[in-house]
Amino acid sequence: MSEAAPSLLGRFGGWFSPAASADIAAATSAALRSDRFRLEREGEWKRLEAIVTRIERGRLRGVSDEDLLALPALYRTAVSSLAVARETSLDAETLLWLEGLTRRAWFIVYGPRAGLGDWLMRFFGGGWGASVRALHSEILIALALMIAGTIVGWLLVASDPDWYYALMPGGMGPRVPGASRAVLMNTLFGQQDQKGLAVFAAALFSNNAQVAILAFALGFAFGLPSALLLIQNTTMLGALLWLYHGQGLTLEIVGWLSVHGTTELYAILLAGAAGLHIGRAMAFPGEASVLDAAAAAGRRSAQVMVGVVLMLIVAGLLEGFARQLIDNTAGRLIVGIFMLVFWTAYFFVWRGAGKQA
Amino acid sequence: MARRKPRDRTRTVITPEGVALPFVLASRGSRAAALVIDLILIMTAMAVTTLTLIWIAGGIGIKMGDIEAGSPKSRALQALAIVWIIAMFLFRNAWFLFFELGPRGATPGKRVTGIRIAARGTERLTTEAVIARNIVRDIELFMPIVFISSAVAAGSDTDLAGWAGAVWCAIFLLFPFFNRDSLCCGDVIAGTWVVEAQTRKLGQALSVSAPVAATDQAFTFTPAELAIYGEFELQTLERVLREDQAQAIEDVADAISRKIGRPHPYRAERVFLESYYLQLRAQLEQGLRFGKRKADKHAA
Repeated sequence: MSEAAPSLLGRFGGWFSPAASADIAAATSAALRSDRFRLEREGEWKRLEAIVTRIERGRLRGVSDEDLLALPALYRTAVSSLAVARETSLDAETLLWLEGLTRRAWFIVYGPRAGLGDWLMRFFGGGWGASVRALHSEILIALALMIAGTIVGWLLVASDPDWYYALMPGGMGPRVPGASRAVLMNTLFGQQDQKGLAVFAAALFSNNAQVAILAFALGFAFGLPSALLLIQNTTMLGALLWLYHGQGLTLEIVGWLSVHGTTELYAILLAGAAGLHIGRAMAFPGEASVLDAAAAAGRRSAQVMVGVVLMLIVAGLLEGFARQLIDNTAGRLIVGIFMLVFWTAYFFVWRGAGKQA
Repeated sequence: MARRKPRDRTRTVITPEGVALPFVLASRGSRAAALVIDLILIMTAMAVTTLTLIWIAGGIGIKMGDIEAGSPKSRALQALAIVWIIAMFLFRNAWFLFFELGPRGATPGKRVTGIRIAARGTERLTTEAVIARNIVRDIELFMPIVFISSAVAAGSDTDLAGWAGAVWCAIFLLFPFFNRDSLCCGDVIAGTWVVEAQTRKLGQALSVSAPVAATDQAFTFTPAELAIYGEFELQTLERVLREDQAQAIEDVADAISRKIGRPHPYRAERVFLESYYLQLRAQLEQGLRFGKRKADKHAA
């Protein structure tokens, strides 16, 4: 006991003496050098613990400005204390507690950096476009798949109209092969007096968003299901185009579809591209491990997916309102083309303000 | 990387400061429990929202049939229907997102079971990672639920496609059982994992809480008597002292006194053990400072 002053220690009586442990007075009384180390720093550790506990409880407002500013420094103190204590102290209790505290502080100091508000600001101010541009090669692949799907759908139905029933889900109403021009015309125009448009729009959005999320999530299986989903959805498009083309209504159906279709198909294109991106990263991870490559790709495409959901809200509104309210092909085409140009410009031309990297 | 024992759930993460932090992966059982709690909460919230909206609709005196009429009442009903659709969408997709983005990194179910999500490796947990993690939840959780419920509704004749679908769902549902870190699909995509989030209280420093042991009338041991034990025994002794069970203290005091060849310290077992603990720790820590570690009593 060379480093202790035993006679001094006798004065500090009491088993488990209360908060006095945090005092420097106690520090001088501790018999062991490692306990003195602990007692000298315990005040700072306890302060860190108090801040961390308050933040964990969600009471960020209850944390004062000084405490918030001190948090990173206190965290580093705890980390360096832990590093030192591991080499000098055999006090298991302190080591375990310090590890736990460091872990909790680490979660906060290195936690999600931006709140949802900040994140959205960055997202709209260029982050969205940048994440879309990062997927450019997958977007081209997805676009090729969608065009191929449309052509295949058209050709299949043209070769044998029975394919139409195989491709289309049930409940298509009057839109079947052999329907007269007037019947088909009726499905395109003259529905502006329909009621419940808003509900229709919301339901469409909810449904489409789940499909897009599916297209993305299926990328997990090396992207193959995403590709299949893209093709399957666009064969329906091709079949529909063929049906109306047969009655000379090509331009009308394109207008009818393009009101919301440019936005919706764009969103599905991006979702499919995001799925393909993940699938490609997992199938061909390159230098990184499969897990790291998948994680990096997942984070990159998650931003795109948030954008896809937002685009589908817009598409749902257009489908629910604009398509029914604008009752002529020229107006529909203008809206559709405008949306197409708008999205393309927003993603690929506008580079955002003050964007780094 | 060295091959670990299959049951070992501790993982080490190096912080940007270069310190190794140990993490304990959440067990699959606690994750399943957290999920069940969350699902129950989500369904409860959905039911409460639905009932509230129906109650509001009833309160303003409209019936479901009014939706087609172009009256103010039908507008109100439409607004309620939109609120309902959006609320259901948010409950399904934003519940996990909202809670896991908070400082706890855990949904209510995870809080109850004492686990949270964290970024794998040294990277920070990002908003994108949490989003990616929960988008994938749709295929691993809600799709199988929809699939199973539709299969149940369809009846008992299970054809090949049905079995293929079941296998497909099982791959995603059981994914955490097929990898070492019990990652679910979302964890793979987002670069996250689920770890235990324990908080513990700091106990008193033993050399402060046991001043008697350091005074003159306490026991003094020779370096030879202290050299018998190592760090493992020291920490076992620390645990015994902190738990403070009379029987355990007596047994340990008996074992140690017999081992070092001293008489059993009657009525002073605790002081005996505290003295031994402090002096053993002082000796071992001194060795530590000179770069000598003695892991346990078998170490040289």
